[in-house]
This record gives sequence, C-alpha cells and structure tokens, in this order.
Amino acid sequence: MSAVTLPEAVTPRRRRRWGRVVLPVYSWLVIAYLVFPIIIMIAYSFNKTIGSMQLVSFSWNGFTDQWFKQWSDIPGLTQSFWLSIRLGITSTLISTVLGTMLAMALVRYRPPRFRGKAVFEQVIFLNIAAPEIVLGASLLGMFVSLNIGRGFLTLVLSHVMFSIAYVAVTVRARLAGFDRSLEEAAYDLGANPWTTFTRVTLPLIMPGVLAGALMAFALSIDDFVTSNFLSGSSAPFPVWVYGVTRVGIPPQVFVFGTGIFAVGIGLALTSVVLARKKV
Amino acid sequence: MGRALAPYLLSLPSGLWLLLLFLVPLAFMLSLSLKTCNPATGACVMTWHWGEFPSEISLYHQEFITSLYFAAASTIVDLIVSFPIAYWIAFYGGRRKNFFLLMLLVPFFVSFVIRTIVWEFVLADNGVVLGTLKHLHVLPAGFHVLGTGVAVMAGLAYNYLPFTALPLYVALERIDRRVLEAAYDLYATRRAGFLRVILPLTVPGIFAAFLLTFIPMFGDYVNQEILGGTSNTMIGTVIQNQFLVNFDFAGGASLSAILLVIALIGIYLYARLLGSRTIEQYL
Repeated sequence: MSAVTLPEAVTPRRRRRWGRVVLPVYSWLVIAYLVFPIIIMIAYSFNKTIGSMQLVSFSWNGFTDQWFKQWSDIPGLTQSFWLSIRLGITSTLISTVLGTMLAMALVRYRPPRFRGKAVFEQVIFLNIAAPEIVLGASLLGMFVSLNIGRGFLTLVLSHVMFSIAYVAVTVRARLAGFDRSLEEAAYDLGANPWTTFTRVTLPLIMPGVLAGALMAFALSIDDFVTSNFLSGSSAPFPVWVYGVTRVGIPPQVFVFGTGIFAVGIGLALTSVVLARKKV
Repeated sequence: MGRALAPYLLSLPSGLWLLLLFLVPLAFMLSLSLKTCNPATGACVMTWHWGEFPSEISLYHQEFITSLYFAAASTIVDLIVSFPIAYWIAFYGGRRKNFFLLMLLVPFFVSFVIRTIVWEFVLADNGVVLGTLKHLHVLPAGFHVLGTGVAVMAGLAYNYLPFTALPLYVALERIDRRVLEAAYDLYATRRAGFLRVILPLTVPGIFAAFLLTFIPMFGDYVNQEILGGTSNTMIGTVIQNQFLVNFDFAGGASLSAILLVIALIGIYLYARLLGSRTIEQYL
C-alpha cells in the first residue's frame, strides 16, 4: 500500500519545486538569451566610432547620440528603408485582399460546390513549408528567361506570393467560428450581398483580417532571401544592410534597427495590455 | 448562377497568383536544370541533359552534408532549449501567457539580417562577450568562435528558436488537462504523467516544430556568410552564388531542385502522418 500513497505525498512538493523554481528560472534565462542581442544592438547604436570612416566597430568607444541625430545621413540606407515600407504596404494590401477572399472560399464551400479545394489546401501547405531560397531562385530563373527586369514590380509579385498563404491561414482560423445566421438576417432584411459583406461580414472578421495583414507586413519588411534574388538595383532594407556587411556597417543601421524594434514592440505590448484589460 | 460561381470567383485571384508565381516558376526551375545554357549570352536550350545533377552533386555534396549537419544540430538544440519554456508557459503561464509568448517572439521585432550581424558582435574575438571574458582570464586569449561552425550553429539556433518554441507551445497548450488529471487519479507519478501522457500528445507538435525549423535552416545562407567566414560553406551560399555571381542558371537550378526534393521528403512525411492542414495550427 505504501507504493500507492507515495506519489500523493511526494508529488505536490516536487511539483511546486518544478513549477515555482526550476522552470521559471530556466524560462527567464531563455528570455534573457532572446533579449540579449537586442540590448547589444541598442547599445551599439549609441557607440562612438573611431577614425574618419564612421563605421561600427566591435569595441566600445564611448557613448554618443550622434547617430540618432544623423539617422538619415546615409542616403542608400534611408532610401532602402522607405522602399521596404512602400513594398510592405503594397504587398500587404494586395495579399490581404486576395488571402481573405481565399479564406472565405475555403471556409464556406466544400467539394461538390467548390472543386479543387483539396488542391488549394495542398498548395498552401507546400507554399508555407517549401524552402524560401528555392522560391526566390526559381522566380529569378523565370524572370530572367522571360526578360522581365528586376525591381519594385518583381519584389511586389514575389512578396504577395509568399504572403497569401499566411494571410489565408490566419483569416481562416478567425472565420471558423463565424455565425452565418447574422448574414442570413441581413439578407432577410433586404440587404444585397455587397451591403451584407461590408456592413455585417467584414466588421466581424476584421480582427482576423488585421492579424493577417500584420503577418503579411512583418513577412515583407523582414524578407531577405527572396528579395536578394529579385531586387536588382533597388535594394530593400534587409538586402541593403546585408550588402554593407562586407565593407563595413554604418551605425545608422543599428539606429534603424532600434527604431523598428521600438515601434514593433510598442504596438505588440499595447495589444497585449489591451487584450488583458478586456478579460 | 452567381452563387454557384462564388467559391471559384473568391479563390481565382490568389489561385492565379500562386499558379503563375509559385508553381510555374518551380516547374520552370526543374526544366531549367535539364537545359544547357550558353554562359556568354545566357540563352538556355532544352537538351534533357541530366548530367548537371551528378556533376553538381560531385562538386557540392560536402556543402549539402554541412547544411544537413548544421540544420539538424541547431534544430535539435532548439527543441531541447525551447521545450521547457514552452511547457512552462502552457502549464504555468496563467494570465501572463500572452506576455511570455511575446517574449518568445521578441527576436522577430529585429530584422533578420541585423540579428545575425549582432551575433557577429557578440561572438567577435574582442567583442562585448568574448573580449570581456578574455579580459577576466576566463577564456584564453587565443580563443575564438567567429568563423567556425559553432558560430554558424549559434546564429541558426538563435534566429529560428521561435519557429520551434511556438509549435511546441501550441501542442502543449492543446493537451486536455482532464486527461492528465485522470492519469494522476490513477496514481501515475509525475514522471509517468509526463512521459506517458504529455510527451506522446506533444509528438505532432515536435514534428511540426522540426519541419518548420529544419527546412528554413537547411536553405539558410545568411548565418553562414556572416558568422561562418570562408569555411563551412552551406548549400544556400552555393545556390545564391550560382545564380547571382556565376550566372550558372542550369547548375543553380539543379542544386535548388535537389534541395527542394530533400525538403519535399520531410513535407511529404509530415502530410502523410499528420495531414497537411494540421500545419496551420502551429503557425
């Protein structure tokens, strides 16, 4: 019988030690590990440079806020940043509309009425799981063979291509619990399909659409592999930064990194706090 | 009439986009690997020349092996590192779950290329970490990491950790707590509860985490180029150079095709075992 009573006696205390001490300490160490390089990046954006070249060095040379004041002094960097913003907005708008439409088709229709649904599922899965370098390389091969010049257009085409599947999946997850009787009520009250969509459906699925749009924007602005194949002479931010790693990195790169981080984490923390208040 | 067409009209634009810019280029790349190209003009003619594959493999098999090794080792490190934190957030996160998940995602708020550059600073011989440790005589003065395989794996493990941690979290979060309570009611020890209830129920998530981490790592070349120096070349670097530096499109295409086939084996196994739609839960 002692074998039966033993776990009851031991479990609560051991459980508490794991849950209260070991796991939290370990988890905070992992979080520190994840945050540490970001602190380094922020610190180095305040690092003085040595010599006339004004490039970041591995050693710490003293504090300065010079680079924040001169954040736009590197024309190539500033241009690439605005290019990334324009590219992100354009591809987000297109992929959010297309991905939301696809998600609605996938949630609402089944094979007798929607043949080819299974093919779409497979293509979405393949698109998400395929190695990005293969996507970028194959697009480059096709554009070059068709004599399509690389630039903003090819970047938009490719960014929309790799965002659609993510948007569709994100929106679909939010559409799953959608109450269709609300739409039927709108029809019963004489609304046409367009009015029903804009006044009933869209407001209800808006959180999912916004989540999909944020996902698409984040994917686009951080994309390096595909963009590096397709940018030609107009390099977006990550491609430009990668290009200067060989010759030397101006400190403004870390200023932009710090700025993007601050805006992103600020938005995310706000949404976490807001979500908590609602509960 | 219009309602019967609705699903097709809704899916047509994205279907065309994915067909013309995802599937057609892939087919095009496969055909390109069988073409013979004139290096001077760049014009390619279909010759059904399969010889590109054996010659590229004999030239670059070492890079494939290096990529497999780095990606597999870094993925396993990520699985081991992120499992306990995913477990902690899922089972003990309470009201602060969203905050901790945000902390897991925090690297993604810094551009991927900048994150990798920062690791170069962290691992540099006289950088903040190694420089300080050497100054304190914890490490010998000749110690260095940058330019070695260890640096590449450290960069890969850091950059892709969220891809591993999130699917694990989702899988752990979905475990029905009543099943666990039932096990404890039946006098399962804590260890047995973990090994025989939690772990088996997490297997699909572990598999998804492996797929979502391993495949991008396998094709990655940024970490190797920035942190690995001139040695330990990975296959992604070779493919990029074939296309952008050597303009050897047929060679680059055949290497990409091999990379795609290796990835497809994993993708196919996943779809067979777990169903392709399940991947969506883990994104």
